[in-house]
Amino acid sequence: MAEIVRIDAEGMHYTPLNQAIRAAVAAGAAEITIDHVMGQRFIADGLRGSVEITINGVPGGDLGMFMSGPTCIVHGNCEHAPGNTMDAGKIIIHGSAGDAVAHSMRGGIIFVRDDVGYRAGIHMKQYEEKRPVLVIGGSARAFLGEYMAGGLILILGRKAAAPQLDRGLGSGIHGGKIIVRGNVDEKHLGVGAKKRELSHEERGEITPLIEEFSHHFGLDPLQFRDERYYVIAPASARPFAGKYTWEV
Amino acid sequence: MSIGSVPLRYRISVDHDQCMLCERCIESCPYGVFRKEGERIHVNSRVCVACHRCIAMCPRDAITLKERPVDYRSHPLWTPGVREAIYNQARSGKIILSGMGNALDYPVIFDRLVLDACQVTNPSIDPLREPMELRTYLGKKPSRLKFRERSGDTVLETTLSPNLMLETPIMIGHMSYGAISLNAQQSLARAVTRCGTFMGTGEGGLHESLYPYQDHMIVQVASGRFGVDINYLERGAAIEIKIGQGAKPGIGGHLPGEKVCADVSCTRMIPEGSDAISPAPHHDIYSIEDLKQLVRSLKEATEWKKPVFVKIAAVHNSAAIVAGIARSSADAVVIDGFRGGTGAAPRVFRDHVGIPIEAAIASVDAKLRSQGIRNEVSLIASGGIRESADIAKAIALGADAVYIGTAALVAMGCRVCGTCYKGLCPWGIATQRPDLVARLDPDTASANVANLIDAWTLELAELMGAAGINSIESLRGNRDRLRGYLLDERIMQVLDVKSVGA
Amino acid sequence: MIYMCGIIGVIDRSRQRMDGTGIRAALSRMDERGSGEGAGYAAYGAFPDLCDYYALHIFFDNPHETKPLVIEELSKWGTIEHQEEIPTFEQPGVRKVHIPWRFFFKPDPRLMPRSTTPEDDIVMYLVMKVNTSIPGALVYASGKNVAVFKASGWPEEVADFYRIQDYQGYLWIGHNRYPTNTPGWWGGAHPFNLLNWSVVHNGEITSYGTNRRYIESYGYRCTMYTDTEVVAYLFDLLIRRHGLSIETAVTALAPPFWDEIDRMPSKQQEIVRAIRLAYGPALMNGPFAIVVANHDSMVGFTDRIKLRPLVSGEHGNRLYISSEEAAIRTMEPGIEQVTMPRAGEPVIGRFLQ
Repeated sequence: MAEIVRIDAEGMHYTPLNQAIRAAVAAGAAEITIDHVMGQRFIADGLRGSVEITINGVPGGDLGMFMSGPTCIVHGNCEHAPGNTMDAGKIIIHGSAGDAVAHSMRGGIIFVRDDVGYRAGIHMKQYEEKRPVLVIGGSARAFLGEYMAGGLILILGRKAAAPQLDRGLGSGIHGGKIIVRGNVDEKHLGVGAKKRELSHEERGEITPLIEEFSHHFGLDPLQFRDERYYVIAPASARPFAGKYTWEV
Repeated sequence: MSIGSVPLRYRISVDHDQCMLCERCIESCPYGVFRKEGERIHVNSRVCVACHRCIAMCPRDAITLKERPVDYRSHPLWTPGVREAIYNQARSGKIILSGMGNALDYPVIFDRLVLDACQVTNPSIDPLREPMELRTYLGKKPSRLKFRERSGDTVLETTLSPNLMLETPIMIGHMSYGAISLNAQQSLARAVTRCGTFMGTGEGGLHESLYPYQDHMIVQVASGRFGVDINYLERGAAIEIKIGQGAKPGIGGHLPGEKVCADVSCTRMIPEGSDAISPAPHHDIYSIEDLKQLVRSLKEATEWKKPVFVKIAAVHNSAAIVAGIARSSADAVVIDGFRGGTGAAPRVFRDHVGIPIEAAIASVDAKLRSQGIRNEVSLIASGGIRESADIAKAIALGADAVYIGTAALVAMGCRVCGTCYKGLCPWGIATQRPDLVARLDPDTASANVANLIDAWTLELAELMGAAGINSIESLRGNRDRLRGYLLDERIMQVLDVKSVGA
Repeated sequence: MIYMCGIIGVIDRSRQRMDGTGIRAALSRMDERGSGEGAGYAAYGAFPDLCDYYALHIFFDNPHETKPLVIEELSKWGTIEHQEEIPTFEQPGVRKVHIPWRFFFKPDPRLMPRSTTPEDDIVMYLVMKVNTSIPGALVYASGKNVAVFKASGWPEEVADFYRIQDYQGYLWIGHNRYPTNTPGWWGGAHPFNLLNWSVVHNGEITSYGTNRRYIESYGYRCTMYTDTEVVAYLFDLLIRRHGLSIETAVTALAPPFWDEIDRMPSKQQEIVRAIRLAYGPALMNGPFAIVVANHDSMVGFTDRIKLRPLVSGEHGNRLYISSEEAAIRTMEPGIEQVTMPRAGEPVIGRFLQ
């Protein structure tokens, strides 16, 4: 088996496609290029290792779900929930993505060059060394970072002064943080989310992310460097604790 | 304090003639009911939850407990429970959380169904002497088989989906590590392994000390996705997507940070002391086709080697919902009736939302048959299974197997006090406090749970034998062997059973 | 529901036809097993001149009232080639509570385009339709070239009522009934027939509720108030519609125990396990001995722990299966050896060529 494998996915169902990917990985492939992808879901679902998969076309939902290690580079847009419950590895999307990007993501990193849909980063969570990161180049729809329990979302709004956001930003957030370039309208803050200025340490934290983001998409990192950033963080680690009383 | 204190729920009294001041009651009670002053045990009944640990440990039977020693003016509508809930909410302005299953006095349909036995026209079968098969396969079954003749040999052309093989149709439902202790989970795991059946992990991940029993464990994927990664999915014998549970249909779960100790944090993969919040819906499932997507993503991740179950709470429209699930590639559907237990649920949900498992199973089974897709999924009934007769009746109504929960905890000592949410379970079950957890000895507790499963299995075999049936598949959906006793006609139509005497 | 009954079947593998005299004598030999409240016979090859038509046998309570309704229904789906009242002859022990009739019917296969066996499916539909929607009309047989004779009475009386000695068949089955349910109801007498399947049954099927609900999800409707009809429907489903062999069908209905399956060689194990998984709801529980016939073969088998008697014997081209050896020897004194099949294992007689 060659180190570099090419798969033509034209008309192929996702199960044989994933079988082909697994077979290539088992045979030691370091790079896989999949052409003519058109709506095949679950690509690299549950895949381990360190293979780099280039996807030419539009992958279907749940790209890289449960993935633990590999890198997926998508030349095209993604449907809903790329990086769903992803464990480790990297997804680089040269385009936009649908709803629930990085849903319940536990580790690894996702770069989206353009926009994401509703509920991106919902219920991301972190544990020990595993800290998921979602970098969004453009804007996001409502409920960004809803229920967030850990990890980091960085949203850059690169085509304007600030990303376009919507209601429910960080609604129910009880861990992790959302870092937004430019100003954040208070009316967009969700329940239990509070807004503050970026600290010096945090600026240091996002700099390498901006560098890598710009590198992947051939952009100039300087455009993001001296901008103003805000942090959306939990007002409390227990946002709903006050809702309940015990029977006895 | 304008409302004042509510009356004692329980009064503890000590027979001082019997008491030998051994102080076991003081050691037993984590709630602080007992103290010793001078040469006498004194009690504070107000903090008692009726867990009975003191009573069970007292060597002289010196302790008695009386429920509601103080009468309210009796009233059929304004029960003490209703009045006390109002006092509570008038003070707090909050949602009341309560424990265990539905506490309202709804009629129990199981207790209005009777089983059949053979007399003369066919022989009953003695399960001690004759073969009696309770082996149950859970998973998708082909609706028909195709064979091919090849050089005189018959070859099966149909490919079978993976199924779980149970030696008895009794499984233990999902109670997470976090909701219950590791010793409790270990006890259950050893019991199901001994009995050739399965248990659920709950949404709490899989602790590494349970890896030896992983072939008998069904790993749960719930809306919080706690502890879920590819290793977890691959370890399980099957994967269960939890959509809802009978004790609180339609809402999520919430493990408070104080129960997230180091070990719990490790299996759930969240930081110690942080709240574990399971949202109400799965945020990648907002419609039935999304469920299909999650089912298939789990199958793709595990290379189609594992059966995938879907658990829902029994609600009004269960039959149509399950018909949709049956088309999703799911292999089994768990239906959790409104009596299902829980560590903590809003009282208003626990007592008022959902429908009984008996009606749900009957209508689901009928709906799947009417659409010709009963073979697409196995049906697992849960929520309020108390004894072997309930199991026989659930199977006759159409279930393939049952999950038990509370009954298994009772087998380990639980007294159904319903205060699991306090985290101080004196039986070492619903607690993470190390000294309390240590009270539950997995050697003894696993034997007790296995004994219960064995005993019910024996009883099921006897009931089947008496009905002249020697294989569980001939009991399944065999509603002719049930009769309704004082059930109303409409419910008998739903259950598709005749009345006694008919 | 229950029949502590006597059953018998005979097949001539070379299709030499026999008249009904022999089976009448054999069944009468087992009168101790019956109660004089029901008996019946089925003869394969009875209508050679009309063998391409489905012979729909119907009990009418009042033919003037219900026959037009049946004809109307049949006419929607095909053509009636010939119809007649089935000749009967008064017997002291038989009260003629129904008027038996037979229609020779040809369905129009174009009317059920999605079916691979459109004619059979039309006839099956009509049987279920008439039996569930026209009170006072009961279709009790619907095969091609199969005559069914049944009524309430002792076997010899029912035989003489229809004069079965006037009919010729290359395969006969018969049944002597001891009812506990629906005594005296002609519809409850055996054989049960659907299309080319006929069944005689001794015993009780304790899994009836499971089997009925299974078969009903495939469009069959149980209308005879008895457990035996599900056997005919199960055979029709498994063999005609699912294309299983007789041996596989019998394995599905009376399978080996799991401990036996676990000890089988792996290939056989895989097949039998698949049969139990796929056809678990078809498994028949309870005490039974059954003989099932169609135009290809006759098969007899018992429940898997052998709670009812069944023996078989051969002579020349003829295979006999019955509850009692005496019945077989009454029909054929020249039989050398009578054998007892193992529980759940079929005895199969097939026509040559």
